[in-house]
Amino acid sequence: MTDVVLAPPAKRSKARGIALIAVGLVLLAVAPFVVYPIFVMKLLCFALFAAAFNLLLGYAGLLSFGHAAFFGGAAYFTAHAVKEWGLTPELGVLVGVAGAAALGLVVGFLAIRRQGIYFAMITLALAQMFFFFCLQARFTHGEDGIQGVPRGHLFGLIDLNQPLAMYGFVAVVFLAGMVAIHRITESPFGMILKSIRENERRATSLGISVGSYKLAAFVMSAALAGLAGATKALVFQFATLTDVGWQMSGEVILMTLLGGIGTMIGPVVGAAIVTALENYLATSDFPPTIVIGLAFMLCVLAFRRGVVGELLATRWGKRLAGRSED
Amino acid sequence: MTMVFGVPVQALLGQLLVGLINGSFYALLSLGLAIIFGLLRIINFAHGAQYMLGAFVAYLLLAYAGIGYWGALILAPLIVGLAGAAIERLALSRLYDLDPLYGLLFTFGLALAIEGSFRYVYGSAGQPYAVPQALTGARNLGFMVLPNYRGWVVVASLAVCIATWLAIEKTKFGAYLRAATENPTLVRAFGVNVPLLLTFTYGLGAALAGLAGVMAAPIYQVSPLMGSNIIIVVFAVVVVGGMGSILGAVVTGYMLGLCEGLTKVFYPEASNIVIFVIMAIVLLIRPAGLFGRTA
Repeated sequence: MTDVVLAPPAKRSKARGIALIAVGLVLLAVAPFVVYPIFVMKLLCFALFAAAFNLLLGYAGLLSFGHAAFFGGAAYFTAHAVKEWGLTPELGVLVGVAGAAALGLVVGFLAIRRQGIYFAMITLALAQMFFFFCLQARFTHGEDGIQGVPRGHLFGLIDLNQPLAMYGFVAVVFLAGMVAIHRITESPFGMILKSIRENERRATSLGISVGSYKLAAFVMSAALAGLAGATKALVFQFATLTDVGWQMSGEVILMTLLGGIGTMIGPVVGAAIVTALENYLATSDFPPTIVIGLAFMLCVLAFRRGVVGELLATRWGKRLAGRSED
Repeated sequence: MTMVFGVPVQALLGQLLVGLINGSFYALLSLGLAIIFGLLRIINFAHGAQYMLGAFVAYLLLAYAGIGYWGALILAPLIVGLAGAAIERLALSRLYDLDPLYGLLFTFGLALAIEGSFRYVYGSAGQPYAVPQALTGARNLGFMVLPNYRGWVVVASLAVCIATWLAIEKTKFGAYLRAATENPTLVRAFGVNVPLLLTFTYGLGAALAGLAGVMAAPIYQVSPLMGSNIIIVVFAVVVVGGMGSILGAVVTGYMLGLCEGLTKVFYPEASNIVIFVIMAIVLLIRPAGLFGRTA
């Protein structure tokens, strides 16, 4: 996506960054005592999902329209591993992440053979194929989904049925995921991804094996989306078809677009807005689909930088990001 | 009973007919997608919603205005086409200078909003739409019984596809369209009103989807979900065919419909996914698509 301007990380002042992170950590610690903990956990799962998606769209410039397959697929794998094989939660999550990464390898391998709009359509079609697989496969229990997934004991010690223990686990997973994404985007690997996004042909001419970089980014993004989905399965103790459907793929795009493509906290903010909105709409009989559709249209027409992107573009935002005004 | 590969011939022909019917709709829809993409460089995610709108307009025309199938066959595409043209004028025309992905995202939002609204008003259950009087009944072809309406759908959709292809390849308007696809700036310099051409093209594509919707109404039920179910399959069809050629889109549509029908006979479990599997195989062997030029 060409017209999204990213904050150059080089000049960002370190002190302000640390202050922001501190504020975030405090929020994370206080949240379960202020807001309904299940809601916060749901929000964190979707925030990680959106951040994982953004790793692909914002940094590698690849729009995947099938990320629900990795999110929902991992939820199924983890639920099955924990419930049927009796694995501990951390191993269950590992199974989910590994499954999502393997799925990402197959989908990514096929999808990177085409560019731009075709890439989006191919990921959508392959994810839909996975949806039909989940609809018919025996282990997913079709329309019912996998229900009554036990949360179990983390490392065999910590009882995750304790709400605070579960919250702690989700918060740690979320933070670990975000740190991983941050590390990836700031690394030489991340720089190369950005160069591919800016100019694929030039990257190729510089001797970069564009295909393998795209595939690596795709697998990482799928694995992190899987991490989010696996955690969500433990929080809600079920895995259903909703999480693998194309609507979910659309929703994560909206979260990222709404928050700000290519920013670190944009997807988190977007996920918070969309999740809160859906929670609110769930109490009314007005269908969320219409609101989501309208939000999409509005974002694309008038709001392409997203909430965080627009904030960063203001005077105040530029100061906060530690950039000189241009 | 005669058997082919362990399957009764009747069942085989029956499923092939179903495949041909589905293929007709895939062909009509991917034709519209290809026309829009050719000129506007936008993948119209709302194509499924416009197909659904066509069916619903036909249903509403009958319910509230007493206008039957034949009237709807003309009016519904016109209404859907005009609505499409309005959308192009108001919104899509602002997105041409951006990454084409924004067009995909906008039309995706449009599709969600349209489908959500219809689901809000009419619920998820389908509404029945009767087969027109003149096309009820069936005829015996000797080797199989063909319901008249289904025969009509196959013939009519084929005729529409060929007519559209001829209009683009042989008429002056088509020549403008193809020229504008190649080089819009130059065509504009020759005095052709390219923005109007863009509006008209999007309207035409939407109208084709609406027409497909009217024809689908008596076969499938008129349901708010009918569009999103078919559009993803049509995307796969478009990936297989490649959007470079109109004829390619049509041929691929029919071909994949038939493949789906065959799969229903021999391995019904896979009939939902066979088109996606074919897409994956084509991507492995010919990444540009069967009829595509390398982008």
